[in-house]
Amino acid sequence: MTRQTVSGAMKRRYLKQHLFFGAVRLSAIILTLALGGILFYILVNGIQVISWEFLTSPPTDSMTKGGIMPAILGTLYLTLGAITVALPLGVVAAIYLTEYAKQGKIVRAIRVGVNCLAGVPSVVFGLFGLGFFVVFLKFGSSILAGALTLGIVILPTIIGASEEALKGVPQTFREASLALGVSKWLTIWKIVLPNALPGILTGSILGIGRAAGETAPIMFTAAAFFTAKLPGSIFDEVMALPYHVYVLATAGTHIEQTRPIQYGTVLVLVALVLGIDLIAIVIRSYMRRNKRW
Amino acid sequence: MENNHLDTEIIKTKDVNFYYGAFKALTDITMNFEKRKVTALIGPSGCGKSTLLRLLNRMNDLIAGARVEGEVLFEGMNIYDPEVDPVEVRRRIGMVFQKPNPFPKSIFNNITYGPRLTGTANKSDLEALAEQSLKQAVLWDEVKDILGRSAMTLSGGQQQRLCIARALAMKPDILLMDEPTSALDPISTAKIEELIDELKKSYTIIIVTHNMQQAARISDKTGFFYIGKLIEYNATEKIFTNPDVKQTEDYITGRFG
Amino acid sequence: MTRHQKEIIIKNVFFILSLVSILVLGLIVVFLFREGLPVFREVSLRDFIFGMEWYPTYSPPSYGIWPLIVGSLIVTIFSSLIAVPLGVLSAVYISEIAPPAIKEILKSIIELLAGLPSVVLGFFGMVIVAPWLQETFDLPTGLNIINASVILAVMAVPTISSISEDALYAVPNEFKEASYALGATKFETIARIIVPAALSGISTAVILGMARAIGETMVVLMVAGGAAAIPESIFDSVRPMPASIAAEMGEAPFRSGHYHALFATGIVLFLMTLAFNLVADYISQKFKEVGSATL
Repeated sequence: MTRQTVSGAMKRRYLKQHLFFGAVRLSAIILTLALGGILFYILVNGIQVISWEFLTSPPTDSMTKGGIMPAILGTLYLTLGAITVALPLGVVAAIYLTEYAKQGKIVRAIRVGVNCLAGVPSVVFGLFGLGFFVVFLKFGSSILAGALTLGIVILPTIIGASEEALKGVPQTFREASLALGVSKWLTIWKIVLPNALPGILTGSILGIGRAAGETAPIMFTAAAFFTAKLPGSIFDEVMALPYHVYVLATAGTHIEQTRPIQYGTVLVLVALVLGIDLIAIVIRSYMRRNKRW
Repeated sequence: MENNHLDTEIIKTKDVNFYYGAFKALTDITMNFEKRKVTALIGPSGCGKSTLLRLLNRMNDLIAGARVEGEVLFEGMNIYDPEVDPVEVRRRIGMVFQKPNPFPKSIFNNITYGPRLTGTANKSDLEALAEQSLKQAVLWDEVKDILGRSAMTLSGGQQQRLCIARALAMKPDILLMDEPTSALDPISTAKIEELIDELKKSYTIIIVTHNMQQAARISDKTGFFYIGKLIEYNATEKIFTNPDVKQTEDYITGRFG
Repeated sequence: MTRHQKEIIIKNVFFILSLVSILVLGLIVVFLFREGLPVFREVSLRDFIFGMEWYPTYSPPSYGIWPLIVGSLIVTIFSSLIAVPLGVLSAVYISEIAPPAIKEILKSIIELLAGLPSVVLGFFGMVIVAPWLQETFDLPTGLNIINASVILAVMAVPTISSISEDALYAVPNEFKEASYALGATKFETIARIIVPAALSGISTAVILGMARAIGETMVVLMVAGGAAAIPESIFDSVRPMPASIAAEMGEAPFRSGHYHALFATGIVLFLMTLAFNLVADYISQKFKEVGSATL
């Protein structure tokens, strides 16, 4: 082979590669800037109104002043309710699908069902919650109805993450336990679940983040425009951060005047949701690095 | 033979060391490969024979953390020179892998993949090239009527011959083969071995094999590797009848490995 | 109770609980229809779907959701035009090109983008993008198709990117090696081997991304502008179906024609996304069964 300079044809091939790599990097840069830009604007505009008082006092003067404490609390209630519903159901379904079920029509149907449920538009969940929990079961617009609706919204996420986690437990662990004469259920309970726990935890945390940020499913099922008093039971309506953002930004009495409060509420919501997601991401990368098998 | 070295050698390594990260996989390999001969590389798994093979067409570049020291001279030119384009190297030095790896495309498109990259676009040129390569790989009669069918529908042995034909379509100077029959049944293996015997009339072939009988049957020269070192490199007949090194003999006679 | 009986009971209880997803899906259908079908006492299916006028509060009201359907389709198509290249290219970058450190960072970025609540993106579109659009292009309003499409694209990109990345990652290494060994450049290997081999996975990703966009509510509610008319340019406002439902449900009297019409709109929306999801599922399933051999 001679020490040739790159031929013309080769140059063209590399030029194409160059252009393509440029486009690909550009797409990565655009996504980074999109996230960075959104977070930057929200942080810069929202940080000014964040204070202890903003976080701990209720809105006053037709929601043009004061804080967002009831909304924070409401989101907390709804989210905790949702995960209480979805976690046991999701983990049990995942255990059935990975540990018990034989591949067949029913399992296939369950999987298609889970996939389709994951794809249902959030506003349709809201309609369903309204038709079923609020009207049919007569829960009214309440924490209970909202939490159940949100629980359904995040159920597919929990099932998916738990399945992944369970599948990640090496088959040899199960075989070792079964070979010692331990029953199937005890093997799952003592060996499989503990080893899958970090993965299930990550999935659940992501589910919590999702539930905390959803608006449409709670619009007709739980969220109140404004309530002066804090909820006394699970049959009360609550304020919630995402709905509060929407209300202030679109239907408030003084939309322009309350911009700072809107930014502040958005910042709290974003910090809450992304904070939750970050915890999950950190746990996961820690897990990967310290995997024992 | 020592005298006309320059005419017969086509590629050689000079003091080559190779690292995967901190792990040294090859130590001081200096080896000449002769033109239009079959050279077999043998040794126990993990001895570095495949690593050496993949070093000859810079396939190891694709592994993160891989590092080469020393020179690999192909027709007198160091292919690890920063100015050398690995794509050009691979075009001239073809490779056949352990597991048949046809693309999930038609038989015809498999064969013409390489030539199209280098600008052969004319349909009749491509057809002629496909026929020629498939004939060289003794596959033409079996597939001439199904060139449009997916290569994945062929049997394992046919797939491997297709991969050989695909490499030949680039008209390479050297053909590297990395345990090309280890995934095949005995009949397909025999066909590939016949083919190798035929191909060495016009190509230089370097083959990694874990099958010592195969090395003995098809190669002219054999190199024995152990833990990243070239233990012995000699005419195949000598290696298998009267090796110079005790370790080689132990391996050949099945005392370890 | 013997241990064996206990095992069987546990298995069956788990089986029944794993049916909850299907059960819920069934209940969604039942209750959407229960609350939605009564609208067809007032309007025919044909006039409902293809009716050009959505005046649910007039008397007599008209319940034609064609402008809403068109609004949904238009923002979905335009957002796909933005999100598909971004999503697929970023997936290629992550799976084939980026150095490991950048790859991890970018994956986290995409995950965080996916985690942004839709109301936050809607708010961003309203407060930042809309005024900018309005000023730059001298428009009557910045709440329009292009704004909604851009924001929806931000929501769809993570779906497209992460599923495409999985598909690209699953392409066997042997194909790549074969291509490089034949003297292909990295770009040629990506364009001619890797992407075609991952095509069904990428198609699934695109379809799911579009399903995400068509069903997304808060963004279109806040930034699409809300005009229930067939748009004439990308700077016009539209009222996609989810926006209409979310905006009007609060004001529609319980079990009025308007209320039923909104549920019926929900049925249409649900069936559209269901179709998208079933197609995606079918493609990925087919891919799983036959492998990449069919391409």
